[in-house]
Amino acid sequence: MSQIAFLLNGDPVCLTDVTPTTTLLDWLRESRGLKGTKEGCNEGDCGACTVMVTDGSGARAVNACILFLPQLHGRAVRTVEGIAGPDGALHPVQQAMIDLNGSQCGFCTPGFIVSMATAHLNGRSDFNDQLAGNLCRCTGYAPIVRAAEAAAGADVPGWMVEDLAKLDGVMGSQNPSYIPASADELAAWYVAHPDGVLVGGATDVGLWVTKGLRDLPELAFVAGIEELRGIEIGEDEVRIGASTSMTDVGAAMADLHPDFAEMTRRYGSVQVRNAATIGGNIANGSPIGDSPPALIALGATLHLRKGDTRREMLLEDFFIEYGKQDRAKGEFVEAVSFKRQPDRLKCYKLSKRFDQDISAVCGCFYISVLEGKVAEARIAFGGMAGTPKRAAHVEAALVGKTWSSETVASAWDAWEQDFTPMSDMRASAAYRLETARNMLTRYFLEDIGASARVLEVTP
Amino acid sequence: MSVTKSLPHDAARLHVTGAARYVDDVPTPSGTLSLAFGLSTVAHGDIVSMDLDAVRAAPGVVAVLTADDLPFANDCSPSAHDEPLLATGTVHYIGQQVFLVVATNHLAARKAARLGKIEYLEKPALLSIDDAMAADSRFEDGPRVYVKGDVEAALARAAHVVEGSMELGGQEHFYLEGQAALALPQEGGDMIVQSSTQHPTEIQHKVAEALGLPMNAVRVEIRRMGGGFGGKESQGNALAVACAVAARLTGKPCKMRYDRDDDMIITGKRHDFRIEYRAGFDDEGRIAGVEFTQFCRCGWAQDLSLPVADRAMLHADNAYNLPACRITSHRLKTNTQSATAYRGFGGPQGMVGIERVVDHIAHVLGRDPLDVRRVNFYRAMAEASDASSGGISEPKMVRSAHHDLTSRGAADDVVMDADMLVPGPEVQTTPYHMPVEDFVLHEMLAELEVSSDYRARRAAVTAWNADNPLLKRGISLTPVKFGISFTLTHLNQAGALVHVYQDGSIHMNHGGTEMGQGLFQKVAQVAAARFGVDVGHVKITATDTAKVPNTSATAASSGSDLNGMAVKAACDEIRERMAGFLAAEHQAVASEVRFEDGMVHVGGESMTFADAAARTYAGRVSLSATGFYATPKITWDRIKGAGRPFFYFAYGAAVTEVVLDTLTGENRILRCDILHDAGASLNPGIDIGQVEGGYVQGAGWLTMEELVWDDKGRLRTHAPSTYKIPACSDRPAVFNVKLWEGGRNREDTIYRSKAVGEPPFMLGISALMALSDAVSACGDIYPALDAPATPERLLAAVTRVRGSMK
Repeated sequence: MSQIAFLLNGDPVCLTDVTPTTTLLDWLRESRGLKGTKEGCNEGDCGACTVMVTDGSGARAVNACILFLPQLHGRAVRTVEGIAGPDGALHPVQQAMIDLNGSQCGFCTPGFIVSMATAHLNGRSDFNDQLAGNLCRCTGYAPIVRAAEAAAGADVPGWMVEDLAKLDGVMGSQNPSYIPASADELAAWYVAHPDGVLVGGATDVGLWVTKGLRDLPELAFVAGIEELRGIEIGEDEVRIGASTSMTDVGAAMADLHPDFAEMTRRYGSVQVRNAATIGGNIANGSPIGDSPPALIALGATLHLRKGDTRREMLLEDFFIEYGKQDRAKGEFVEAVSFKRQPDRLKCYKLSKRFDQDISAVCGCFYISVLEGKVAEARIAFGGMAGTPKRAAHVEAALVGKTWSSETVASAWDAWEQDFTPMSDMRASAAYRLETARNMLTRYFLEDIGASARVLEVTP
Repeated sequence: MSVTKSLPHDAARLHVTGAARYVDDVPTPSGTLSLAFGLSTVAHGDIVSMDLDAVRAAPGVVAVLTADDLPFANDCSPSAHDEPLLATGTVHYIGQQVFLVVATNHLAARKAARLGKIEYLEKPALLSIDDAMAADSRFEDGPRVYVKGDVEAALARAAHVVEGSMELGGQEHFYLEGQAALALPQEGGDMIVQSSTQHPTEIQHKVAEALGLPMNAVRVEIRRMGGGFGGKESQGNALAVACAVAARLTGKPCKMRYDRDDDMIITGKRHDFRIEYRAGFDDEGRIAGVEFTQFCRCGWAQDLSLPVADRAMLHADNAYNLPACRITSHRLKTNTQSATAYRGFGGPQGMVGIERVVDHIAHVLGRDPLDVRRVNFYRAMAEASDASSGGISEPKMVRSAHHDLTSRGAADDVVMDADMLVPGPEVQTTPYHMPVEDFVLHEMLAELEVSSDYRARRAAVTAWNADNPLLKRGISLTPVKFGISFTLTHLNQAGALVHVYQDGSIHMNHGGTEMGQGLFQKVAQVAAARFGVDVGHVKITATDTAKVPNTSATAASSGSDLNGMAVKAACDEIRERMAGFLAAEHQAVASEVRFEDGMVHVGGESMTFADAAARTYAGRVSLSATGFYATPKITWDRIKGAGRPFFYFAYGAAVTEVVLDTLTGENRILRCDILHDAGASLNPGIDIGQVEGGYVQGAGWLTMEELVWDDKGRLRTHAPSTYKIPACSDRPAVFNVKLWEGGRNREDTIYRSKAVGEPPFMLGISALMALSDAVSACGDIYPALDAPATPERLLAAVTRVRGSMK
């Protein structure tokens, strides 16, 4: 009989007859009576439901509100109730939060504790990023960061690292049918279930359930398929498997294209990036991004598979119009690749808030200059059209011209030929167009050495 | 002594282990039902037909209720009886509750609630301030006007006049715990309600009305909220009433919590404002007269809007002496969520108005805004003596027959014939004729100006801006003077219930509610101090209308002022009884019995507090007492705009420095230095938490937090994916927060402390002014920045200011 098997706070759990769209949060609170994990938004944006999930690749914080139970199969999860020791001994981050007034109303606190304990376990001290996915309305965050800093030097308690060793004993039974074990199995399943839904990290599909209240057709959970995960950095090419998490994408880009990594740092939050896959980010066809515009600016190629048939195309050609991609029923994204090239990539993610905010505009530029003239320009935007889209007219206005502020200015009219953005709650059409233009100015100024980013200014 | 100690929050250990219980965490009996509202989808319209068959047929649905099914009052308004629990015939905004689903679980109720088919005859909707002004759609019969002196004459005589207008956005509370309630039916029709509320008595009152019962049949309990910020003063009424009605109908416990999107779509937010101003001043920037017109968008129902708008008027002076002043306030009725209480309660909006005026004046004169602020400050107190105990005569009250006593929303029912105070010639008065007798900002600013290195940093900002065409810095110092007391005077009262058990342990209860502000711990520290024991001896218990009745909302920053005094009174009553008994036993003098360090010293003997309690009990003396407190000295006529609405003022000041990207309007707060007056703080650790958190929330209001409605009246920012409150990295990179060491309340408050809940929120105004300062580095004209100063608004301001240079 197929089961979902995992560790909960160190104890094995086996579930049969689970509705696969049951969220971990609802299960914890309603079936297990574990009320420490809170529902703040039910869409992965506040972090009050943060739990720690451990598998062979390490421990990571994720949002339980948009995590379906099958995603835990073969993994270990710790909730706030499992952060203190079995004898009730407090974790160092818990003690520091008490001592330094890190909680006021306390409702966000369990989520913070889990994020902090996970960062502590992983030796991370970039707390602004580690805690960007946890909202607090009371404290203004200062005492929480003080607590994280105070606990940073303390030893990791033993119970925090025991899960991995126990995991082997948990597995054994066969996977449930909705968790394909290999890419071949997935390919066969998808041909047989062309109206099925593939779930990677569920950071998007989760909301179909928690907010859309949709009853989903048959599901296949793909994040565990090893062959679809990972990044190969070859001499000529970089290939990223579709199930690679955005966390791993960001880490791999740090050396190759640091601005891609910097944009990824602001993509969702730690919790979201730990779950979200790059394949999902591409395949869901969001007009905003953020990785498609960056990948398009890198000239990326998309690799699709249906059954045993594979095809590839330029990523930009995948996006046909809003809500429509060049993907057949039963066909799935296998990987995305781009050639190794000098780092001329800049990514400008513009939003009301720097962290964990969907872009109003995300402009990605790759402009190479040879002997003072623009040799090549790939400029792609999210938030400016119904799809991630290249600025073809702007590119044409630049290529072959002297790389100068005059050339940048001469592209002025081309922007309106490329884009007629819309107005919504994130920004007006006029602002989108104006800042898109200004991003090219920024690219030029940065290229000639100007300081042009507020995030780089220190007090 | 336990007061003045920085003890952690009493529930900190429960918070960090996940053991702290909120309403939705309370274990419920099996068979508990869950509720959800079906919501209106048009901003204004008559309900033509309602087809709820699909709702009734949906899995798990137990019952579906409409207005016709309600047994008694169909109302959850805290003021004017104008908020039906379920719509009757007409809907007034998108998100209004139309029908109620009772189901076996939360998800089933939510799913079913979407299946209603309601036909509307749509009517024109008034959405904006302009819409409402054009239609003369308002609460009260006309604008309120407060006047001091002859404004026209002052403006006519003034060397300079500025005028302008600014838009000020609203704000979503975004308490992390959404609204929630649980009703447990009892024998004989009684009801126990657990509600995430700042105002248990109001919940009790509304539930009793809805059940056709006297208040004594309803008991409301709340241990803690996961944040309130004003959003749970009246907005929890609908859930509690719905649960109680459904529990009465089904005989089962009923529970309701809003999903976040529903919460944001249904409930009220901070009022948005437009403020027009005209000010006359001299060459130094000294204001001779100012005229404000405040347009306040109240939404569809009255709720607490009248006192909110009043408080905006009462803070139109902030820290500045305005010799002549006229403030006109329009309270506009629109087809949007009914705006409600939010930290500061209108005060922040009024205060932004005058800060904008002073900033504008400084720009016109080319002077440092700090210098202009200073020349306009109220005069410092001549001597630092404590206030005399004397007051003015008790106010006379006139009430209409139909009257809601519980809530401050019903302000229009209460008219007080206040005495006009006649201060000595050396004392300056506010625009509402209250003498300002405790002004301490001269001293505080002198200290902050030095500790923040303001002048040198101002010079550095100027130098930076000369060198950097793209990234501009800005700096601003703004002060806060905030009036403390409910402006509806009769609400300034509190009760407490204290028991000492025979083992010396203490059980403390009062009318205040805990929403994270640390009230319970501060008041427990008071109780411990009165008995001379460690705070660990004091058991903090849930707020409960059966223990302390007729409570006021925990609001207006009043929590520790009022409840601290009430608990002190109860403790002192018990202490006096103990001292009297023990003194008699020892042939000692009762007034010489001392309670210190866990011991009671009587005559020559010392005994533990526990022994003293046991002996007193054995002597058949009561160890239980109630305590009561009513704030002295206050009186207020809100129609005339005259009196002493506030017992005292709380003060603070902040210096914020920002950097602004002139290509996109993106910006960062680089540094913030705050000096805040919490009086003689009851718990500096907790109070600093209020200051830090208040600043970030205030800065969020004025920068990134933007509420957007579309032209149909739909709120488009109804979840954290679209409505952005500050995140971790948005706090100032350098954040120096200090309580003012000179702080000591000259009025006789609890241990001479000052209220600290709301005042620090307005320190965030310095962030807006610093951004305006950065924009002004782009050209010559005044930036005239609206709020929230999102990147988009900032870029527009930069473009405007740059345009002036061409």
